[in-house]
Amino acid sequence: MQSVSLDCHQHIIDIQDLSFSYGEQKVISNLNYSVRERDFLGIIGSNGAGKTTLMKMIVGLLPASSGEIKLFGTPVRKFKDWERIGYVPQKNAFNPLFPATVREVVLSGLYNNKNLIRRVSKAQHRQCEDALEVMRIQDIAEKRVGQLSGGQQQRVFLARALINHPDLLILDEPTVGIDAESQAGFFDLITHMHAHHHMTFLMVSHDIDMIKNYLGNEPVQTNGKINFFSRHSHDLQNCTEENLQHTLS
Amino acid sequence: MEILFSDFFQRALAGGLLIGITAPLIGVFLVLRRLSMIGDTLAHVTIAGVALGFLTGFYPLGAGLIFAVVASFAIEKLRKAYKSYAELSIAIIMSGGVALASLFFTLGKGYNADVMSYLFGSIYTLDNTDLVVVGIVTIAVVVVVTMFFKEFFLLSFEEDAASVSGLPVKLLNMLITILTALVISTAIKIVGSLLVSALLTIPVAISLLLSRSFKSSVILSVIISEIAVVGGLVVAGVWNLAPGATIVLLLISLLVLTLIGKKGLPA
Repeated sequence: MQSVSLDCHQHIIDIQDLSFSYGEQKVISNLNYSVRERDFLGIIGSNGAGKTTLMKMIVGLLPASSGEIKLFGTPVRKFKDWERIGYVPQKNAFNPLFPATVREVVLSGLYNNKNLIRRVSKAQHRQCEDALEVMRIQDIAEKRVGQLSGGQQQRVFLARALINHPDLLILDEPTVGIDAESQAGFFDLITHMHAHHHMTFLMVSHDIDMIKNYLGNEPVQTNGKINFFSRHSHDLQNCTEENLQHTLS
Repeated sequence: MEILFSDFFQRALAGGLLIGITAPLIGVFLVLRRLSMIGDTLAHVTIAGVALGFLTGFYPLGAGLIFAVVASFAIEKLRKAYKSYAELSIAIIMSGGVALASLFFTLGKGYNADVMSYLFGSIYTLDNTDLVVVGIVTIAVVVVVTMFFKEFFLLSFEEDAASVSGLPVKLLNMLITILTALVISTAIKIVGSLLVSALLTIPVAISLLLSRSFKSSVILSVIISEIAVVGGLVVAGVWNLAPGATIVLLLISLLVLTLIGKKGLPA
């Protein structure tokens, strides 16, 4: 019964024979890994281990030296459904002096290849209000993002990532540069979301201690200096009849 | 005072008002992406084009415009070739532009006085053709920036997030670079190539101190730019000063006043 429940979940990310080198230095070597629906994958490694390189290849920012990555069954170079992916960057990914309010940043989660040039609709503004409310940041909606604390900024970026109700949430070192209390609060928030919402998580981090409690002590796979920790949140009852029939057949 | 009602001053005012819209509108994206130096680079390349225009009898502003657009493509190419040293592309193209301009200066000694008007600006010599070119560039800039406003915002705020959203980042970058080339090549007749980046950056620098949101900083930088252009032209006209330099010095005065005012405000 256990194997059926595993297979009935869609493959969100498929990494096949992936390698990447910086010149002579091989960072990732023949990596094979599949992330299924409702997995929480932690890509853990020290600085320079190649975890950010891997994350950039997964989202198509960097081409692989060899091998292939598929997102939702489509090779990443042909992938178009970017609204299915939410992205939370490192705290230092943006210029803190940038004149942008919380509302403007959250709303920017709706700007993608499907609504190029189109004006933001009233429905999308409502979506933005919902995302602000869910993250409890509606009170600071008109504040400049650069003036907020690290913890508040990460809530803003999480709201931006969630505004489209994505199937896959990618977090790139989301707790770097924020205080310990905010880190713990942020991690509680995303693990709660993983447990209670139909979403898949990929988190890149150099902080193994923070996620050990949730993803376990032993890595499920190791490649070079990168360790993969994973936890499934699958439940057979969540599979549709159609998925089950397909799997059983 | 009668200078203010003369034809050449009216043309200068019209041209200045148009550049006052386009320069900060593009400048805001350059400043926020830490690419302010591109303005100076393209201005130097434009001068080479203008010099070649005088040498060959081709419309100088048109030649400068073509040079600036070609240089903007070259900068993008070089930025890709030297990804870790992106500023190299700016240094290479700038020195290439200055070298070409010097070469054309020495080949055509007789027109150096005309080229000087592009180095330091000569807004009073704007003719109707210049005004039409500036008008077309203004329409192009306003239309493109309005169309892609939200995409340019995300690209400037966080380029990786723009890529992960599936936005055509390369195309958007190229659009900004081409628009920059168009704005600079038309603005140099007004403030001169040596001062053009002031018009691109100082209104934005002031608005960054005063605005909370992106939208308000864009609007405010255009308003500040228009105040400086109109104020600078009137002051220069009445007291017979160099208009380009007066506009830039007025902008710097506004910046200093804002900095002083900001310091006096509670945090």
